[in-house]
Amino acid sequence: MRRRVAVALATMMSALVCVLGLGAGVAHAEGESIFGFLRNAKGGDLVPVEGAKITVKGPGVNETATTDDTGRWTVEVGKPGTYTVTIDQKSLPKGVTLRNPDADSLKVPVVESQDKPVLFALGKSTRVIQSKWAQAAQLSAEGLRFGLIIALAAVGLSLIFGTTGLTNFSHGELVTLGAIIAWWVSTGNLPLSLPGYGGVNFLVAAAITLAIMGLIGWANDARLWGPLRRRGTGLIAAMIVSIGLSLLLRYLLLYLFSGSSRAYPAYRGQKGVDIGPITLSPADYISMAIAIVVLMAVAYALLRTRLGKATRAVSDNPALASASGIDVDGVIRTVWIAGSMLAGLAGILLGIAQGINFQIGFQILLLMFAAVTLGGLGTAFGALVGSIVVGMFVTVSTLVIPAELKNVGALGILIIILLVRPQGILGRAERVG
Amino acid sequence: MNVERILINALEAGIGLETVVFALAAIGLNVHFGYTGLLNFGQSAFMAMAAYGIGTTVATFDLPLWLGVIFGLLAAVLLALLLGIPTLRLRADYLAIVTIAAAEIVRLTVRSVTFEETFGGSDGRQGFSNDFYSINPYPEGFYGVGRFGFSERPIWVLTVGWTLVALSCLFVFLLMRSPWGRVLKAIREDEDAVRSLGKNVYSYKMQSLVIGGVLGCLGGFILALGRSSIQPDIFGTETTFFAYTVLILGGAARVASPVVGAMIFWVVLSLTDNVLNEAIDAGYVSTSIINNTQVGQFRFMLVGLSLMLLMIFRPQGIFGDRREIALDAR
Amino acid sequence: MPADQTPVDQRTGSTAESGTRRGQRDAAAAALADVPTEPGAAKPDPILVADGVVRQFGGLTAVDVGHVEIQRGAITALIGPNGAGKTTFFNLLTGFDQPDHGTWSFDGKPLSGVAAHRVARLGMVRTFQLTKALSRLTVIENMRLGATGQRGENVFRALFGSIWRSQENEITERADDLLARFQLDAKREDFAGSLSGGQRKLLEMARALMVGPEMVMLDEPMAGVNPALTQSLLGHVKDLREDGMTVLFVEHDMDMVRDISDWVIVMAQGKVIAEGPPDAVMGDQRVIDAYLGSHHDAALTEEEEEAIIVEAEEALARERAEKEESS
Repeated sequence: MRRRVAVALATMMSALVCVLGLGAGVAHAEGESIFGFLRNAKGGDLVPVEGAKITVKGPGVNETATTDDTGRWTVEVGKPGTYTVTIDQKSLPKGVTLRNPDADSLKVPVVESQDKPVLFALGKSTRVIQSKWAQAAQLSAEGLRFGLIIALAAVGLSLIFGTTGLTNFSHGELVTLGAIIAWWVSTGNLPLSLPGYGGVNFLVAAAITLAIMGLIGWANDARLWGPLRRRGTGLIAAMIVSIGLSLLLRYLLLYLFSGSSRAYPAYRGQKGVDIGPITLSPADYISMAIAIVVLMAVAYALLRTRLGKATRAVSDNPALASASGIDVDGVIRTVWIAGSMLAGLAGILLGIAQGINFQIGFQILLLMFAAVTLGGLGTAFGALVGSIVVGMFVTVSTLVIPAELKNVGALGILIIILLVRPQGILGRAERVG
Repeated sequence: MNVERILINALEAGIGLETVVFALAAIGLNVHFGYTGLLNFGQSAFMAMAAYGIGTTVATFDLPLWLGVIFGLLAAVLLALLLGIPTLRLRADYLAIVTIAAAEIVRLTVRSVTFEETFGGSDGRQGFSNDFYSINPYPEGFYGVGRFGFSERPIWVLTVGWTLVALSCLFVFLLMRSPWGRVLKAIREDEDAVRSLGKNVYSYKMQSLVIGGVLGCLGGFILALGRSSIQPDIFGTETTFFAYTVLILGGAARVASPVVGAMIFWVVLSLTDNVLNEAIDAGYVSTSIINNTQVGQFRFMLVGLSLMLLMIFRPQGIFGDRREIALDAR
Repeated sequence: MPADQTPVDQRTGSTAESGTRRGQRDAAAAALADVPTEPGAAKPDPILVADGVVRQFGGLTAVDVGHVEIQRGAITALIGPNGAGKTTFFNLLTGFDQPDHGTWSFDGKPLSGVAAHRVARLGMVRTFQLTKALSRLTVIENMRLGATGQRGENVFRALFGSIWRSQENEITERADDLLARFQLDAKREDFAGSLSGGQRKLLEMARALMVGPEMVMLDEPMAGVNPALTQSLLGHVKDLREDGMTVLFVEHDMDMVRDISDWVIVMAQGKVIAEGPPDAVMGDQRVIDAYLGSHHDAALTEEEEEAIIVEAEEALARERAEKEESS
């Protein structure tokens, strides 16, 4: 009896490991991969197995990976499809065996935007199936994390829309820039060689990144959007300019960063921490806390500070704000700087959660639009609420719909809400004429 | 550097498959954006309706190609109605967001493993174009001058494609010189004014959305038949924005501008691709700066940059009339 | 505001006008002579009747009109301080905005919930405070657009010129006549966006006439018009009455209101506070209070804030329009 309990515990652990893996997969973007942890259940502990060889075969892929000292292995497969994953039993250390020696080869489907976890059971064990409720709790926590990240980016998008009327399609690239600059600065792998620079502590890198993002925001307004406003460029023309900028930046980043998916070394393979039925990595908990603090600070600034009030006044009515002596251009400049920094922070947190690639921002752009529209165009608080709703919906919906179709669900809901309540959840009916 | 080959490639690109496809897509967008002022950012979805209309009908369900064409057209009309009903009464930017979202929904759905048996997942669909090539009137051979030209299969697709382009242009020309076209142009200028004159603006916008969508859908047919295979990722948002660049290059709200724009667009892309590739091969450009696989990325940067510069400095297009744009109220 | 206590004399009075103009004017005056000068007064032959029309924006009640009738064949002015809800009321009557409550009918036909384009087709055509000239259409195309029942506006028939060409020629003839009458014939082939503010107002009015309306609703026809053009515009508005049309217009310029209107309705804070012949109304203490009092109060009410917003918005839009014109 006691032994069965111990075994059950061990399997629960591996199930949690599995969930952690899924967690990375849920919020992940394109650049599909297959990965797993090879750990041997031994007397209630999970011992990582190093040096085992695992081969992945499928459309255009035939690659062998070796497990590292944490037992982790990864193969980038590049596109969805069905792959055969085979473990080389001879490569396992002595005393470590597959639970079922015939099950050394698994056929696994990989869907769009998925990091597919594949686990080979080692040692003796029985199966425990995680309850739907526990899954729902876990997914809700991940959904909240995702929603908070979207909110960071969407608040800036919404403020820029509110103050300038620009629907900024290049906002996704600001998110990507944040993630990628932080990777460059922290690892020292800069696109331009800087002799003697070998990277810095991640937190320092993050701070430097945010400063650079502020500069990028300033440049956006001072060098591009400000002059366009003064020329009297129309909103639709400006929107198309932002589409061009988005394409230009995205592929420039692809050129500079390459198409592969990377992770911040500091946060690779963190062990999960349980709170009730929820398991997230420490970095995830900290990310959520940072997002909440920053969003609260933004809310406070908007409600209480002079600048915040001025921002809302400009959003409400630029002419009136200008007539009342508010420096409209200064407010817009600040909004661009703050919005870009928030987007950069979102990028860093997203990068921690799901790895970095050249289009992580672009992949959440439509979700940001959905969030902003749901909340009511141009209201910062609407964007916040909309983001949480979208993040939760996208993540939790994977309980019932395939993970690859989660964005389909969210975008579908966006269209339905527009049909029922065009002004969004928190938006006001607008005055016509 | 082989100048002759570069020039021939550019010439062929100028009348080639992509030019036809994007000319048709942009003719549709011209009806939407150029004449009616509708921001359809989901033109790629209309093209996907066509491509997957024939792809699934023939390759999945083993039905004849003509039926697939009908299904594709119906699907495009249905998509236009679905998109238009919730959004055409709302502000212009809502249509933009909903159409781009719908295009992603379409792409993610046809790409999914869940529906792999129907749509073929990320590999898409092949083997649906036999009916089309079996009625090819061109005997086997090469059609062209010197090394410039096409073999019997592409020349057949191009014949059909350019015929469609010509017919579409004629269709748009006839519509836009009529009182119907006048209503569309007036809606582009100011919806409320048109409403105050007793016109049902909603109905006209819907008609425009359907007609432009179906024209774009013709591009989808030609693309699918020309390549004899379709993949979901062809129908990403980039495709729509390429079509916008084509349209703006030629100058919106002119009948022939999408055609001229598409020709310039693909000739320029072919030239830059080929010149860069040749330069890399010949060692003029170090591969540490750019290698052959990165040439494709350069293409996207170029499109993005030209879209920005065009919109900022020549929104009327290369041949457009500055005077007209200066009056633009938006 | 000089209060002239002899309105009837004033109306039949001394301004140099043609005989026909005076004819319709006298008819309107006679019809309205026995109408009591109080809000919601019943008219002998109302073309438009509104009841309990309420429109709220959030907590602000922009329009709350109990009962109002507009006399057929007369020129009625709708005046009131900024933010009184005049334009919103216009929008509601013409189907451009939906009220929270209320019913109204035009020529006996109920209009609640009727779409804006149907209202126009029924014969009630409006213009806008900020002129909506269709900039990148030529003047003559603007005019042609106004004609109703065009065969070529159906997408299938549009493809065949033979079906609509003859009708198009008739429409063009009619449009040319109107352009000549409004002295815009020289601008026939110009883009509407190249016209001056006053010319745009003229074009908008002429275009509205292409619809063949029974009632014309003009939202600030004089706003932003060069003084040289004012007299000609005034003449055109009077001509509408002579042609048997009913005119309801919003205006700030009191001289104009006094000069051309047969009846004046005053709105303030969303409500109709007074109505009557122009001179009687302008002497009304409630009206003077509404105009002067509101601006002399120390604290800003919500409505006044709204008014300032509207004003600032208009100023911005005008500025933008001017910038476009000059570029």
